Amino acid sequence: MKDIEALYVPALLDDMAEALERQLQARGISRPAMVGIHTGGVWVAEALHRRLGLEEPLGTLDISFYRDDFTRIGMNPQVRPSKLPFNVDDRHLVLVDDVLQTGRTIRAAMNELFDYGRPASILLAVLVERSGRELPIEPQVAGLHLDLAPHQHVKLEGPEALRLEVREAR
Amino acid sequence: MSGNLQLDAQGRLRHFLTLEGLPPRILHEILDTAESFAEVTSQQVKKVPLLRGKTIVNLFFEPSTRTRTTFELAAKRLSADVLNINIDTSSTTKGETLLDTLRNLEAMHVDMFVVRHAASGAAHFIARHVAPHVSVINAGDGRHAHPTQAMLDMFTIRRVKGPDFGRLRVAIVGDILHSRVARSQIHALHLLGAGEIRVIAPRTLIPVDVEKLGVHVYHRLEEGIADVDVLILLRLQRERMRGALLPSEHEYFRLFGLTEEKLARARPDVTIMHPGPINRGVEMDSQVADGPRSVILRQVSYGIAVRMAVMSLAMQAGPRTDETREAS
Repeated sequence: MKDIEALYVPALLDDMAEALERQLQARGISRPAMVGIHTGGVWVAEALHRRLGLEEPLGTLDISFYRDDFTRIGMNPQVRPSKLPFNVDDRHLVLVDDVLQTGRTIRAAMNELFDYGRPASILLAVLVERSGRELPIEPQVAGLHLDLAPHQHVKLEGPEALRLEVREAR
Repeated sequence: MSGNLQLDAQGRLRHFLTLEGLPPRILHEILDTAESFAEVTSQQVKKVPLLRGKTIVNLFFEPSTRTRTTFELAAKRLSADVLNINIDTSSTTKGETLLDTLRNLEAMHVDMFVVRHAASGAAHFIARHVAPHVSVINAGDGRHAHPTQAMLDMFTIRRVKGPDFGRLRVAIVGDILHSRVARSQIHALHLLGAGEIRVIAPRTLIPVDVEKLGVHVYHRLEEGIADVDVLILLRLQRERMRGALLPSEHEYFRLFGLTEEKLARARPDVTIMHPGPINRGVEMDSQVADGPRSVILRQVSYGIAVRMAVMSLAMQAGPRTDETREAS
């Protein structure tokens, strides 16, 4: 797995920004609003936000209150407030996360977004799209596609000098 | 009353009965979580699905509109189902004991009781006898404790003055003797490391051993408010007047009622708080209550976020080990 860890994340982000721009153009979206999911997703979103030169401030979501495993796992001790500094109604949103695996985080994030209003559309951009989906959720933009075994975990380290790490559980 | 009853085997909040004996990390956890819940109010749908499918019973043996309403709203914003049950003392004369009432409600698969009772220790009693998966929140018991009110006051102070309680001088004014709010506030301020805690009241309304709680006692408002950062006024219960502890409302206002004139001795950026409802012209005049330094209405809205935090933290684990329950 050393080859993944050697990947230069800023280059992946450049590719993502390009792909995202093409996607937005194809859909005729000129003023998207961007939302990052805490914590890694916010780092990726900040990088994309800069590369796309979006004027509107970045929104951040902490999906702790929308998780489906609260009664099994409990409260995230580091829960942060969600901040959406724009009106979600009728907006084209770009939802950003670091790693897409089961799809449950994205499900929770979309539920939360809909509690703020009714967006016109949502595009999903992730740094890493890896195997292990449990819900029918796929990204429109992905920096990297990985086929990993269930016991392998990929994690984005940051916020200074973003880099990917692959860990073997046990 | 040990703090252990309030924590589960992993040291997480299980019941919220009093601040006494709780580790400070629990208080910080409540305040931090409440920050996130405060943001939920900016959503179009002011609701999160955290406690979906849970049933919360507001069990009030003492009348209360404000506290019950904010607990109800907090539970609803967490998507729980809420049942309000007001029990006047007459139902006990029907021969049903408190434990019978409890067993009946438990049979309806309740997950949490929010309890207010005129007897000190009532919430502890209930917590010792509920089923292992049930949590109990104290919404005020006798003269003993009102921990969620104290936590919303701490949340307000932190929002207004910043997170460093160590540099704050906080004074509590009024009927300290009978006040469960004051008692819980003093414990909370201690646990959060407040720089100085003062109580200001006539001799008749101060408990004899209050200095053991680590507070400084003042009997004159003018002296007590000098240099304080936060001034918490307590509600004066009218029934105390009849007990000859106080001469009259008018006399109380003259000596302890807050006016702009008396406030001139406090710091210019002093924050004025009151648990509500205010007796205008008794604890303070309207000019102060509605003035720029008063955060009384912010306390009310923060109360919902803080109660959401307490409720969700106490409900966060599934079935727990049954080690605190006593045979009944």
